[in-house]
Amino acid sequence: MACTLSMEAQAEGVETRGVVKNRSSFNPYDNNGGTCVAIAGEDYCVIAADTRLSTGFSILTRDASKIVQLSEKSVLGTSGFQADMKTLQKMLNAKNQVYRHQHNKEMSCPAMAQLLSNTLYYKRFFPYYTFNLLGGLDNEGKGCVYTYDAVGSYERVGYSVQGTGQQLVVPVLDNQLKSASPLLYPPQSTATPLTESEAVDIVKDTMASAGERDIYTGDAVEVVIINRQGIRRETFPLKKD
Amino acid sequence: MMSTSLSGQRGREQPSGAVALDSSAIPAMTLGTPIVAGGESSCSLQIMAGPATRTLDPYVVGSSVLGVKYKDGVLLAADTLGSYGSTLRFKSVERLRKVGKNTVVGASGEISDFVYIMSLLDELTTLDYCWGDGKELSPKEVHSYLNRVMYNRRNKFDPLWNAVIVAGVHGGESYLGVVNLIGVHYEDSHLATGFGNHLARPIFRAEHRVDMTEEEAIRLLEKSLRVLYYRDKQSINKYQLAKITAEGTQISKPFALTTEWSYTAFEDPAKVAVGTW
Amino acid sequence: MFRNQYDTDVTTWSPAGRLHQIEYAMEAVKQGSASVGLRSDTHVVLATLKRAASELSSYQRKIFKIDDHLGIAISGLNADGRVLSRYMRSECINHSFVYESPMPVGRLVCQVADKSQVCTQRSWKRPYGVGLLVAGYDSTGPHLYQTCPSGNYFEYRAMAIGSRSQAAKTYLERKFDSFQSCTLKELIRHALLAVKESIQDGELTSKNCSVAVVGRAPGGGGKGGGEIDKFTILEDADIQPYIDMLDAEELPTAVQDEDDEEKKDAPAEPEQQHQTQDGEAAGGSGDGGQEEEGGGEAIPMET
Repeated sequence: MACTLSMEAQAEGVETRGVVKNRSSFNPYDNNGGTCVAIAGEDYCVIAADTRLSTGFSILTRDASKIVQLSEKSVLGTSGFQADMKTLQKMLNAKNQVYRHQHNKEMSCPAMAQLLSNTLYYKRFFPYYTFNLLGGLDNEGKGCVYTYDAVGSYERVGYSVQGTGQQLVVPVLDNQLKSASPLLYPPQSTATPLTESEAVDIVKDTMASAGERDIYTGDAVEVVIINRQGIRRETFPLKKD
Repeated sequence: MMSTSLSGQRGREQPSGAVALDSSAIPAMTLGTPIVAGGESSCSLQIMAGPATRTLDPYVVGSSVLGVKYKDGVLLAADTLGSYGSTLRFKSVERLRKVGKNTVVGASGEISDFVYIMSLLDELTTLDYCWGDGKELSPKEVHSYLNRVMYNRRNKFDPLWNAVIVAGVHGGESYLGVVNLIGVHYEDSHLATGFGNHLARPIFRAEHRVDMTEEEAIRLLEKSLRVLYYRDKQSINKYQLAKITAEGTQISKPFALTTEWSYTAFEDPAKVAVGTW
Repeated sequence: MFRNQYDTDVTTWSPAGRLHQIEYAMEAVKQGSASVGLRSDTHVVLATLKRAASELSSYQRKIFKIDDHLGIAISGLNADGRVLSRYMRSECINHSFVYESPMPVGRLVCQVADKSQVCTQRSWKRPYGVGLLVAGYDSTGPHLYQTCPSGNYFEYRAMAIGSRSQAAKTYLERKFDSFQSCTLKELIRHALLAVKESIQDGELTSKNCSVAVVGRAPGGGGKGGGEIDKFTILEDADIQPYIDMLDAEELPTAVQDEDDEEKKDAPAEPEQQHQTQDGEAAGGSGDGGQEEEGGGEAIPMET
């Protein structure tokens, strides 16, 4: 503990091919858990995430939002490392403000999707450990969902799930939503055929189900619905165990 | 433009000597094993030869800090120990400190890093005073600022090895937040760092209410501090309590709690736990 | 024409203790079309007259949004105004990034003034040729500030800058006692009436003026707390109803009287004719600037 760095390197060092490396106890990342679900309809988009914040086997808080509204027509849901999530949200907010000053208009959801991709890729070699879903309405007023990996690859889809509950929820949505295959030609709308209230119900059900088996999902769900009327926010409780 | 904002500081720069060495010595990809000691790199030899420039592991550390909201404001509690490994090295370290009129921060982790954090916060307070417009950072602003500082230091692989609780009252609202060495931060109506997360928060979850009276809240904190003192070897029976209300902030003189060691389970632990020694 | 031997660079004092280059920059502000600002207990309103470079061109924008709680109206060199507005925007964004709270208006204004001051003390720089009226609402309520190329700044209940702004100032001086309790609508009306005083020829139309408002939202909590009416620019169709209102509602006779007095006042105060007039480039924002502003009392540099 109290030894100097060099002594420690010898005491705790691991020798690999002649190079002694110090085992640093500092890990800049953590996974704070959480599940995020989004469904796009013909004229709406539903995006939901739980509000639990965890580390390891501990719950840090039961009421931490993972969803932010970035512009009039786009909402971002993020799971992964909370500090990176907050930084990413703030970065996008700042860039959105610059965009509004420069162009004198709101950023569209597809534009925000590209911006998010660029922002993630900018940190390709020290990535934001975040898993994102961007939901909103596109320029035609159609619901859209964009799904990402941590370094900015993205795709527009009809529905998607990110986070620790992903493996539990994805097959359920695949089975229930039956949206058109992206391989079809001519391409069909990726939007799901559900009505808005059906989509909200299925989102709530899947989140409750994820909470049953995933220890990182629980406490409450925050559901955000974007449609022609604007943006609406609902919360409903999950099991706290 | 954004690069200035990311540094998160008005006022003092971070110590720079370390950064120059680091960036050349550490390829970004070797996240888990940042230091090449005794290898090919001459830079790493420099690190070995010179004094340590980064907190790669903490030396003198403080243990848990507890915080609860109650009816009229927020209470924080912490002991006054700075331990050096398992040595009780410094026994009168003040780990609860005032920031301006309406905020108190409490830190666990590396004491020297906390001293540095306080120098940053004191500078902000002084700057506010110098503006002379009567404005002061609110607890939320202090927390937000600290979040950026902690996160930026983790980005440099040179973390401030602390978990810091920020408590205060502003505009009639109580505030209680925490941030740790990698920049994870959140608010809650009750918080604890370190061991407190495992031992005190379950008690808080069972017994804490936001509309508690001051007496009830103090009793809850004392109960939790006792549990911590019985179970956390890096703690001592010498505490400080901070109270933040709309009227202002008070940090108590160090005090001790009554303890009870004559339980049979304490006297002969092996008797009630068969199979142990 | 006679040229002053002490005015060739910003850092050279004249024997009379003046810095001519800075005074010329202050003149540039007066060349720009007028901007006025006024505040009540809850809101701040800015109003500007806009110029068009020619019949074929659009009117030059003079009000810039800086943040949701803050905006500026400028008189003088428009290009310099844009530089300062970009600086202010970036300061506001950085502040919210670090502190998650809106930038205090007074502190931002002071930073802008400090930035302007630097240009008055470096031989290789030139002072900004623009004056700002800064309207903002923060934790200490609504604020109206003016900044100058000299690095000076002042807080006001009501103020006008730019060409013929004395006329608008006179209107504001007559009326400012009543501003505190004004509704937002009344405040906008006063702003338009004030800025109208500064028109040289022609009418006040929705094309040649724009207005901006910021303040506390109707339901918003106590002083500086709660929701805000975000900084909003009203121009073209949005401002038309307010202009119609000026005609529809009968002007108090006092205003008519003031009009007459104004005309008597204006030429009464002689303005020293500047040697600079030809040495200086015409105001970038507009052609105009032929007429000399009457009576703008020089703001003492040493304040």
